[in-house]
Amino acid sequence: MTVRARVIPCLDVANGRVVKGVNFVDLIDAGDPVQQARAYDKAGADELCFLDITASHEARGTILDVVRRTAAVCFMPLTVGGGVRTAEDARALLLAGADKVAVNSAAVSRPEVVADIAERFGAQCCVASIDARRVENGWEVFTHGGRRATGIDAVAHALRLAELGAGELLVTSMDRDGTRGGYDLELVRAIADRTSVPVVASGGVGTLGDLVAGVTQGHASAVLAASIFHFGEATIADAHAALAAAGVPVRTH
Amino acid sequence: MTLALIDYGAGNLHSVENALRAAGCTDLTVTADADTVARADRIVLPGVGAFGACATALRGVPGMVEALEQRVRREGAPFLGICVGMQLMAEAGEELGTHAGLGWVSGRVRLIDAAGTDAKVPHMGWNDVVPTRAHPLIAPGEAYFLHSFAFQGDDSDVIATTDHAGAVTAAVARDNMVGVQFHPEKSQRYGLALLDRFLKWRP
Repeated sequence: MTVRARVIPCLDVANGRVVKGVNFVDLIDAGDPVQQARAYDKAGADELCFLDITASHEARGTILDVVRRTAAVCFMPLTVGGGVRTAEDARALLLAGADKVAVNSAAVSRPEVVADIAERFGAQCCVASIDARRVENGWEVFTHGGRRATGIDAVAHALRLAELGAGELLVTSMDRDGTRGGYDLELVRAIADRTSVPVVASGGVGTLGDLVAGVTQGHASAVLAASIFHFGEATIADAHAALAAAGVPVRTH
Repeated sequence: MTLALIDYGAGNLHSVENALRAAGCTDLTVTADADTVARADRIVLPGVGAFGACATALRGVPGMVEALEQRVRREGAPFLGICVGMQLMAEAGEELGTHAGLGWVSGRVRLIDAAGTDAKVPHMGWNDVVPTRAHPLIAPGEAYFLHSFAFQGDDSDVIATTDHAGAVTAAVARDNMVGVQFHPEKSQRYGLALLDRFLKWRP
């Protein structure tokens, strides 16, 4: 077989606690991140993602402790994003136990931060995270949790960050995030078909079929979701089984 | 039994340390001290990042390469290289220029050639470990890979491959030395079982 499509549960973390909101408002507390990470480790998740969603505008630091405590008990790949502005921020997360670091807002104002991180720590640990909304002729980059428009074309931005050294692109539709209406497959595919680095589809999963479509129609290498897993509607094994049934290579359980 | 986990500023040290402890290692030293490495019963060399930067960092630790040559090559202490730690066992790496490796296995580390295929680079995710010859450390299974460059060299040193736009070296071995391209510390049960076998290995 070949490299497996990855199923990645994403834990949105604020102040050291897991939260998940609908379009980033009305946050619901869904528990302790380390406990959730252990549960996903046991369940056979292919990777885990922590997004520190308040990090851009609140005090940082709690996430490092969460990462450190998670890495002590989970032997699975961990991506951490949120509030990463410099290569030094990335270094702190990598030292705490993250395997990959996702850069979002900082890569909009200063795309070179992606090159800084890739050159110091390797492209394999540098994830460029792009939040996009549909506009008339494509998609536009938004920052700060989807609140701030930038006027930048999302596809061109994603491809530029890959050129600068990002080893992976995490593509989130802010129109779909929290709606459970499925990924913006056209957005994911528009990027995935034009880059040689892996693309992670994100934002909007409501059913297992949405995960499958992310790979088969969005051409993503990995599919990220939150609520569908956190609230027990589907297990990681269910997700793998649905992908396998569609002919997508996945890990065996 | 003292295990030295080499700290040369280029590894995900704590993840590897956590996994070795979870696999049952009780006497573990994270060290940048060549004398400590020269006395260790087992040695693990992690490594994350670019080949040249890691090679430079390893050579930058006073006496470390000499201690490794002594303890691993001449005295036969069991050695495990992980990811770039494995790649450093090669004669050279061709990432961002050509850089000399330790030359413990015959071959070079080159960019994965996925041109004309739909395979993505970096090779990122779970993939098969397919033994190409029997070795006490390597079992068939699925492990987590995260790399753009891979070892290409003498078949007699390759003990496992994976498939990413063609065969890609997953593990190398010679005598008391083993290197794995994948990350056992991130490969859940498969990885912890491999580390457990390394801790018990008597080559």
